[in-house]
Amino acid sequence: MAEHLLTVRGLTKRFGSNTVLKDISFQVERGEVIVVIGPSGCGKSTLLRCINALEPIEGGEVLLENDVVNPGGKNLIELRQKIGMVFQSYDLFPHLTVLKNITLAPMKAQKRKKAEVEAEAMALLERVGLKDKAQSYPRELSGGQKQRVAIVRALCVHPELLLFDEVTAALDPEMVREVLDVMLNLAATGKTMIIVTHEMRFARAIADRVLFLDGGDIVEEAPPERFFTAPETERAKRFLETFEFKSVKARPATP
Amino acid sequence: MPDLGLEVLFKGQNMVRLLGGLGVALKISLIAVGVSIPLGILLGILMAGKNRVVKAILRVYLEIIRIMPQLVLLFIFFFGTTRIFGWDLSGELAAIIVFILWGTAEMSDLVRGALISIPKHQYESGEALGLSGRQIYFFIVVPQAVRQLIPLSINLVTRMIKTTSLILMIGVVEVLKVAQQIIEANRMVSPNAAFGVYLAVLVLYFIACWPISMLAGYLEKKWR
Amino acid sequence: MDLNTEVLTQYLPLYQKAAVLTVKIGYFGIVLAIVIGLFCALIQYHKIPVLRRIIAVYIEISRNTPLLIQLFFIYYALPKIGISTNAESCGVAGLAFLGGSYMAEVFRSGLEAIPPIQKESAYSLGLSPLKTMFHVILPQAVSISVPGFVANVIFLLKETSVFSAISLMDLMFTAKDLIGLHYNTIEALFLLVVFYLIILLPVSVLGSLLERRVRHAGFGS
Repeated sequence: MAEHLLTVRGLTKRFGSNTVLKDISFQVERGEVIVVIGPSGCGKSTLLRCINALEPIEGGEVLLENDVVNPGGKNLIELRQKIGMVFQSYDLFPHLTVLKNITLAPMKAQKRKKAEVEAEAMALLERVGLKDKAQSYPRELSGGQKQRVAIVRALCVHPELLLFDEVTAALDPEMVREVLDVMLNLAATGKTMIIVTHEMRFARAIADRVLFLDGGDIVEEAPPERFFTAPETERAKRFLETFEFKSVKARPATP
Repeated sequence: MPDLGLEVLFKGQNMVRLLGGLGVALKISLIAVGVSIPLGILLGILMAGKNRVVKAILRVYLEIIRIMPQLVLLFIFFFGTTRIFGWDLSGELAAIIVFILWGTAEMSDLVRGALISIPKHQYESGEALGLSGRQIYFFIVVPQAVRQLIPLSINLVTRMIKTTSLILMIGVVEVLKVAQQIIEANRMVSPNAAFGVYLAVLVLYFIACWPISMLAGYLEKKWR
Repeated sequence: MDLNTEVLTQYLPLYQKAAVLTVKIGYFGIVLAIVIGLFCALIQYHKIPVLRRIIAVYIEISRNTPLLIQLFFIYYALPKIGISTNAESCGVAGLAFLGGSYMAEVFRSGLEAIPPIQKESAYSLGLSPLKTMFHVILPQAVSISVPGFVANVIFLLKETSVFSAISLMDLMFTAKDLIGLHYNTIEALFLLVVFYLIILLPVSVLGSLLERRVRHAGFGS
């Protein structure tokens, strides 16, 4: 068995002449929670999409244990079952009930028994407080509820690694918490996760390690306490400052 | 290579006659479109309006015209009205009347659809800016509706041209009738004339419709 | 205008026979058109090289020429190069040739209306492309296509009215025949309208019911 669950080595991704990810390398251990932060357009989401082989890559490789994850690769379908992904826009299947959304992949892709899968789905729904919504359609749910269902849907495939792509970015503020709580819960049970987020305090609470991405590079890689209190690079400092507001209350009276 | 009967097309005035036949079809569709579009716009505005009685009457007209095949309408006018009212209606005139009735119905539905598709908040932001109802209509609603409408009404033209092929069935001498005459006249010398001549008719219709469809498609993409 | 009921009852069986023919050809033509349309739409959606070009040409020809001319070509011109059909199969083939392109456009725009992220979330759950198409994309695309599909079915049923031109004894043929033969114009036209309504109204009503159901199904998230 390989020592790392995920190995990203020399990953390079271009859109036309625009290089979005430049020679990215890092490893993820089992049970580790990685938070990827950085300014908009720094390639965070693209990185997750490449790990899940939703984008072809121009250089380097992504390994899950010893298997190469690659679009058009041989065991891609099996590998993707080991990598769960949750998107910003939830993307539940609108024509299926909540329960069917969750059981579709386990039953059709993994050929698991209906009774077993449904029992697991119901248990997971109960854990995220949505047991009574099993027979609802996605349009009947709030954004936060949809996102929790999307997380359950990914979990039910039994992935070894979970990717979260700005899962709270499209939510109303009061719904952010319910989704983050679910994720904190998962981290506490030892799930391996890579999380892209703009919620800095959440990042600090959940991360074992922070990757700061800027301009397609990993500019800084550090434990959260150190990164948020004493970032080493100028770019990380400047980025963290954009989340601070200076008070304007003390302005002089206008003439 | 088998005899495809293509030489018939280049004999004497045959090609010119075919084109003349197409000309009749095009003339009828252009007249019908020319009348249908303004009439349809008027009825469409009324259908998107508030008067329930007017709306109901127009709805019935639209549904009746729509549910019947155009050929049935042609029969009703060409055979039916002449019998009932005893007037004399040429095939061409019957065709023009039917195509105007049909085109107006289709156009009014397009206009109605375009008008009601403008989202409510467009009206509301107009009001919030202090525009009057009339100003909102002319500066906000109409320009957006027109963009949707132009490609659709261009498509109506091709539908009209294609439908004119039906007037053969009420005895108007158009392309297909001319084609039949040419084939008949040459059946001894070119037994395979049917292939060449009908192929030519197919191509002629295609040449008439395709550029118009392309234009509609182009505008639709550009204004989406 | 008075309708002569005696004439009506005398004509009725003729119209019934003709209506059966119209419905039969319409049914087979439309079923075939759906198959062709789905096939073309899938090829265009997946952008399969060469085939999609051929299909694009087919769609342009089919949509920019009248059914009547297509029928004349199939029925009178093709036999000259050795492809012969009887009138009924010609009717079915013509309707399928015309309808295939209309169905293809409706299905294709239904497929394209599904956001790509739906496919991606299915992939990331480990569903194969085929299963994703079957369980995730197609069911949604089909529902989106329903209004256009219903409109096409009605359009194609109406188009069957030109079949009399290739001497199929359909409703139009019967009506014209009776007008010419007995000069009972009003009765002949009355029955023509009634029979077309019998064929088209149920489809139209069923279609709007179907549309309403689809609109209220699990959509609009």
